[in-house]
Amino acid sequence: MAHVLASGMGGIRTAGDLVARMQLHRKMRIPEAKAYVAEKLGVGVVDLSDEVLMREVREELDIGVVTAMPGAARGLAAKARISRLLGVQIASVETLRAQLEGEL
Amino acid sequence: MATHRMRMGDGRVEAVSSDELRADILAGTEDAADRGGIPTITEQERDHLFDLFAHPGRIVGVEPGREVVLSDDGVAGSLYTEQGDSGVGVPVSREQAIRLFERAFGFDTTELGHADYSFKPVKPIVANEQQCMESVLLATIIPVFYGAMPNLATYARPDGPFGNPSDLMPQGKIEAARTAQVEAAEACTRDMVYVGRKMADAGADGLDFDTTASAGDAEFLATLLAIEELSANTHLSIQVGMAAEFVLGMHGEVSYRGERLAGLYPHRQVKLVEQAGASVFGPVVNTNTRMSTAWNVARAVTFVKACSEAATIPIHANVGMGVGGVPMCETPPVDAVTRASAAMVEIGRVDGL
Repeated sequence: MAHVLASGMGGIRTAGDLVARMQLHRKMRIPEAKAYVAEKLGVGVVDLSDEVLMREVREELDIGVVTAMPGAARGLAAKARISRLLGVQIASVETLRAQLEGEL
Repeated sequence: MATHRMRMGDGRVEAVSSDELRADILAGTEDAADRGGIPTITEQERDHLFDLFAHPGRIVGVEPGREVVLSDDGVAGSLYTEQGDSGVGVPVSREQAIRLFERAFGFDTTELGHADYSFKPVKPIVANEQQCMESVLLATIIPVFYGAMPNLATYARPDGPFGNPSDLMPQGKIEAARTAQVEAAEACTRDMVYVGRKMADAGADGLDFDTTASAGDAEFLATLLAIEELSANTHLSIQVGMAAEFVLGMHGEVSYRGERLAGLYPHRQVKLVEQAGASVFGPVVNTNTRMSTAWNVARAVTFVKACSEAATIPIHANVGMGVGGVPMCETPPVDAVTRASAAMVEIGRVDGL
């Protein structure tokens, strides 16, 4: 918890999960990962860890917000939208796609 | 004369003068440079460390815009397990705990792991882990790793089928000890690949090899070979967290791609992990409990800065109980943790913690 306050991006409170995905999926170092996500979101790099601004952006894009808002995308639905937004394949989303398209 | 409140490596508080603080920072970075054959941190960076430790506030942090990604080992275990796993004994399920880490604590990534947090015990019950992973992935937005320790020691007698080097070496049976480690490492690689493939099938975003090389160079080799196989044949993003700042030469003569593994420090460890195909590397620097936190953090960021400069993949430094400059005690003090945290980002140039 001390790290969250001192140095952490803040996860789905901000854009932390999105920057993390670029590190994992494309092995991007932090400056490149932040620049990539900022460009996709249409915000500045310094805005990525702004809870207030990012809340609006996440609501607008419907990619998951930290408070429990009825009707907002969460879980797999949010990840499916993040996958499209960032241009990365998320395995659990692809598994769902395959299951939906499978024969009955 | 100004004095500063200083945590020691065992968590005790002492008062130090400004001169003592500066001397500790210099001594810490010089110790790392000497051991690792790497540069010390610059005078400007030493001054920045001084400012962090001289700051009177309980908590320090990075400047806005410099935040990094947080990853974690175990995650849920810190809520529902006991002290041995640094847990607080709150009886929540792993699924509930992970959702707390995502929504209440603001983590950027999360991890599913078994209470017996090693690959060998997970293998026979991997279907249980798979169904739990699938359940977690339905509800979470942040990336989810499956984590476990290679823990080569579990393959040695009496816990496993292979000879125990800790028994063989004191008897002077060096070759037998080496053979036992190599055989155990082969079995360990097979198990890690097996569990990794199952987690890939379950849709996990990544796999975390925690405390890699805890049993020395043979364990490091086992892990590197498992990473090669999994990175080439699955979608998994692979994170490697080390156990110690250098690789113990329990075998002494194993190598990977022509480089002997015994004695490697983080700036060389990361190059092999990259070659194997991992996505994230987590260096470890051990805390000296007799020295100040300033000494320990200066030493730790020196190693990590060299590692970060050598790396082409993201670096998520281990900064927790007894590592990364943080005191070795059951309840890591936030004053020390936040100073180590900020220093790792601003001087160590990490991509995450």
